[in-house]
Amino acid sequence: MAQAEASTPVVQLSTHDDDEVGQSLFQLALRRLRRDKLTLLAIGVLVTLTVLSVTAPFITGTILGIDENLTNPYNAFLAPGREGHILGTDDLGRDQLARLLHAGRVSLGIAFTAAVLSLLIGVALGVITGFYGGFIDDSVNWLITTINSIPSLFLLLIISAVLSPGPGSLVLVLGLLGWTGTTRLVRGETLSQREREFITSARAIGCSDWRIMFTHIVPNLFSIVVITLAIDIGVLILVESSLSFLGVGVKPPTATWGNMLTNAQTFFKKGPHLVIWPGVLITVTVLCLYVIGDGIRDAFDPKTVD
Amino acid sequence: MTRYIIRRLIQALPIMFGITVLSYLLMTAAPGGPTAALALDPRLSPQQRQAAAARLGVNDPWPVQYLRWLLGDDWMWVDVDGDGILDEPGTRRGVLRGDFGNSYTYRQPALQVVGERVLATLELGLAALLIGLLLGVPIGVISAVKRGSWFDSFARVMAVVFNAVPIFWLGLILILIFGSLLGVLPMGGRCPTTLLGGCPPVHERLNYLLLPTIVLATGGIAGYSRYLRASTLEVLGEDYVRTAKAKGLRDRQVYMTHAARNALIPLATFLGPAITGLLGGAAVTETIFSWPGLGRLAVNSVLQQDYPVIMAVVIISAIATILGYIISDILYAAIDPRIRFS
Repeated sequence: MAQAEASTPVVQLSTHDDDEVGQSLFQLALRRLRRDKLTLLAIGVLVTLTVLSVTAPFITGTILGIDENLTNPYNAFLAPGREGHILGTDDLGRDQLARLLHAGRVSLGIAFTAAVLSLLIGVALGVITGFYGGFIDDSVNWLITTINSIPSLFLLLIISAVLSPGPGSLVLVLGLLGWTGTTRLVRGETLSQREREFITSARAIGCSDWRIMFTHIVPNLFSIVVITLAIDIGVLILVESSLSFLGVGVKPPTATWGNMLTNAQTFFKKGPHLVIWPGVLITVTVLCLYVIGDGIRDAFDPKTVD
Repeated sequence: MTRYIIRRLIQALPIMFGITVLSYLLMTAAPGGPTAALALDPRLSPQQRQAAAARLGVNDPWPVQYLRWLLGDDWMWVDVDGDGILDEPGTRRGVLRGDFGNSYTYRQPALQVVGERVLATLELGLAALLIGLLLGVPIGVISAVKRGSWFDSFARVMAVVFNAVPIFWLGLILILIFGSLLGVLPMGGRCPTTLLGGCPPVHERLNYLLLPTIVLATGGIAGYSRYLRASTLEVLGEDYVRTAKAKGLRDRQVYMTHAARNALIPLATFLGPAITGLLGGAAVTETIFSWPGLGRLAVNSVLQQDYPVIMAVVIISAIATILGYIISDILYAAIDPRIRFS
């Protein structure tokens, strides 16, 4: 490419121009993303972690031949590398690596599903309130202010007490409480979209309200949705791990990165290595998601200069 | 101004109403509760149990129960023995008059249990807020002024990492390093345990305050530095900054007195969210550091199903949050002359 540019600059310039004209915002964004090394690295790390987590049963069961919930008091607090336990064993003699992989499966699964759920609610409510305004808008706003006035961790604590949740109900709880920020964001965007000409013309050719909202406005929210999804998954991983750590989220023997640390303070003397890995994995995963969110924001920002 | 404050307080009423209904409904849906506690008491006969349940009003429809919980029942007659006949006046004064009922665990009024913990949480929360502002604000301003420098990159990376680290793990690692391995700082608690109980004044036990404050302040440091960087960058493009530079003021004076002062204005709106953030973070931080505050009380009460205490904590923290938001808005309007009370 560079050689071609050097030898035939005129021709190159003209085709380059054609490219620019023919590219949609989406194509431009993809091209920018391909050049954003940090975001690509984050995507790579996240995909690796996700694949390892999703295939956890296969890796631990078939390749390593270890049951992640098998306790063995004689093997408690083995140092990393001893007797085939690559990362050592925990207080009950369970293999740390196997539990980390399975925990990733649960933590990522919960965060992803809950984020999708809260996104669906958030986008639907945001578009409806922004589009109609009036009484619906006021009621939803009241609900949002109410929910936001209670420190969310306290609210989650009560609800966890009510439901004593497993992974499934935790998804519901996190999803049903997490939509407020998205709703506000989408509402604001809808308010500005509503006044554009293409909405007026859609109205003029007789589109119904629903059609305008969900086929004309929603597609324009694509970048907001993707950014929110990435950052929400990160936030939800943190929330889920905090709840599980406190003992009100996912309960053992099901491992999550949070509840693997519940008894960490008793590990300090015998197995400090057990404290390190769950936290590192949470931090790296969340960090990747934030970086990806930021990268996508920059890529879709029309003000970004190439 | 006064009219604005009054209007804001009136606007807060429906939100308070929503919070009480929401938390009350959650509490009635919860397992355990007052009647479950009775069922475990072997000294009661089934008849006594039913009578006690009737006195607690659990047979009424929930709106009635909610009103009795909110307003109390000392102004009305209640059915004590479950026969459908009203026998004597009630004894509860209701949440509105500060009666959240007795804690199941501590056998004391829930409000009193909460009151004993408020000071510890205030101490930790204020310390964290202070550290967050003292570190976050200068970092943000310097980042913006030296945009693109190594300091700026470092500060931005730090902010993202601080947001991504789970604070319970950060706490654990700090305890592991400074408490367990090096042994230079206490592993938790608010002060050394003494026979008499109680703690000496704050300045004599700063070593206990240090780690939990750092852990709780990370969110603030990250948030304030990012926010201040963005708002300073915006201010730096304003005409009055160019004017200040043009008339030959030194950089320091331009940035610190002209730019930073205006960049700080939006910070006034952060008080409300800061309160929810600190309280939520306190639940985790206090649990790790065995800090005897509201957050740890909330976590323990949930684990012990001590609903009166949970309700008291939730409603008090919600009131604090709403007041925080109102004060934020008033401050904002008072500081920035461009904003009108309308």
